Amino acid sequence: MSFHPEMEYAPARFHRSARTLAEPGGDFTFTPENQARFDANVARYPADQRKSAILYALYLAQQQQGYLTAAAMRHVASQIRCTAAEVEDVVSYYTMFYTRPVGKYVLNVCRTLSCALRGAERVTEELSAALGVKPGETDPTGTFTLMEVECLGACDRAPVVMVNDDWHEQLSPQDCAAFIDDIKSRGRAAFTGCHLHKEGEPQGPPLR
Amino acid sequence: MAYEPVLVKHVAEPNAYTLDSYLKHQRGYEGLRKALTFTPNDIIEQVKASGLRGRGGAGFPTGLKWQFVLKDTPKPKYIACNADESEPGTFKDHVLMERNPHLLIEGCAIGCYAIGAKVAYIYIRGEFYHVQEILEAEIEKAYAAGYLGKNIFGSGFNCDVYVHRGAGAYEAGEETALIESLEGKRAQPRLKPPFPAVAGLYQCPTAVNNVETLCNVPPIVLNGPEWFTGLGPDKNGGPKLFCVSGHVKRPGVYEASMHTTLRQLIYDEQYAGGMLDGRTFKAIIPGGSSVPLLLEAHLDTPASFDDIQKAGSLLGSAGLIVLDDSVCMVWLAMNLLHFYRHESCGKCTPCREGGDWLYKLLQRVERGEGQEKDIDLLFGVANNILGKTLCAFGDAAATPVLTTLKLFRAEYEAHVREGRCTIPAEWRAKQPVFAHAH
Repeated sequence: MSFHPEMEYAPARFHRSARTLAEPGGDFTFTPENQARFDANVARYPADQRKSAILYALYLAQQQQGYLTAAAMRHVASQIRCTAAEVEDVVSYYTMFYTRPVGKYVLNVCRTLSCALRGAERVTEELSAALGVKPGETDPTGTFTLMEVECLGACDRAPVVMVNDDWHEQLSPQDCAAFIDDIKSRGRAAFTGCHLHKEGEPQGPPLR
Repeated sequence: MAYEPVLVKHVAEPNAYTLDSYLKHQRGYEGLRKALTFTPNDIIEQVKASGLRGRGGAGFPTGLKWQFVLKDTPKPKYIACNADESEPGTFKDHVLMERNPHLLIEGCAIGCYAIGAKVAYIYIRGEFYHVQEILEAEIEKAYAAGYLGKNIFGSGFNCDVYVHRGAGAYEAGEETALIESLEGKRAQPRLKPPFPAVAGLYQCPTAVNNVETLCNVPPIVLNGPEWFTGLGPDKNGGPKLFCVSGHVKRPGVYEASMHTTLRQLIYDEQYAGGMLDGRTFKAIIPGGSSVPLLLEAHLDTPASFDDIQKAGSLLGSAGLIVLDDSVCMVWLAMNLLHFYRHESCGKCTPCREGGDWLYKLLQRVERGEGQEKDIDLLFGVANNILGKTLCAFGDAAATPVLTTLKLFRAEYEAHVREGRCTIPAEWRAKQPVFAHAH
């Protein structure tokens, strides 16, 4: 890694990016349901452009075993008909693919400006204290992983936390500990969802 | 005359997202029916006459973009709808897709007809899974009702609309990076030219349009270009969604004409309702995090592409982030550079390395360990990113540093002089964590 000539080199402060290999993992193949879903998705693209379905295939693999192993990437490569290196290239670029096991609930706290102005930094601190883990870590029971993410695109409902594919909005620092307890007891029902309720669902917060 | 919303009038109603509601309240799919009675070229001429400008950030005329799409080619053509809404402070497409999905679907179909495409891909960011579920379910309904698929309205026109889920990359919002991602690669921008209109998705002619842009097309076809131009200032016609966030009473998406001033959007009761109680206005980012700050003196500027540009900033994606006097501008630049450093795709060296340097320098200054020369170094590094990258990301990353240095240099100097952050707010972290290892 190169540095600007006027920047002092302090190894403690500047990290080198390390190459981390994905776990080898056990044998992996799509379940018949996932295979059918993949086949339906790949048909959306021209026949010679199977690679367009790579993100979808990776989501399926991740859903199936929680995170992506080298074996899973090889299976995706065989489905897409590309090399495993091309799959790893994609996996290592996008933030929503995990190459390490994560908790049952992955708490993604939006940390970018609009959320930060409304207390997102404090939310991360409180969640971190309530769970006893730092951002990027999973608690010992494997229930929660705490992460910070960049702008989620719901700045009017700041601070926003994305939990797996669900959203929880306007989480104040004071409510963080209760929020964790609520997830433990009620699961997905603890989340506010996004913007407005759907038909037949309980009234959500008003649209502004 | 009170402004009558066009795009989001019904979104607060519980069933707003359904086909029934769309047909009932918004003359649903009549725009498509009408469009199919014209030639594709007529539609492009109408959109050109309306002066519709891209709502994604650049403000490029949509009609021209469509006209540039190569006509005489045996290759298929595509519409790639940019629904990767990731610009900090922007959340308008989110609301449109979640609450008014059929308007986008109809816009995609008309767009396809105009440029001679048969397929539109809606590239939605991976985080919007809850939106994608709604969008895909409504696309199914549109197929079932005959608004998509084969021989629409008996015209012989075929159109497929598919949703393509991204996986967490800000850079995928750049049009050529979006195409790369659609092709199943890393979302990194391409060298232009050739532009997507000539060689885009799968090297075929492609129009990349923002969600809000396509949502404006059905009303233009239905009501005519004159109606559209009449809604706003010269060359800035039509309805516009403004996303107001930050230290205001009622953050939200507000539809208004581009006559509306920044002051009205912040203070009027029908919009954001003023600053939070007891807070004083300090500055505003008028177009998403990538544009320069504006101050109190600029607040009477109409929020149009041209007027905001004259005032020294850009309307961009119309993400208005309102800042009160508790915001430390060094912290603000640091917060945004954390974003740009993390989201840089890594293709161009100035952006990849420079963003990292800027963040580390800002960190040093923010926590009071900076020196006088760091301020000049910040300036130097930022200026060496500006204009030296393939896409606009580099400029966007340099902007928060350059604009805060230009307008609030005294705050940087105070940090250095006093060896601490001089404006610590209670809403910030008590014990800042600096060593994010990602």
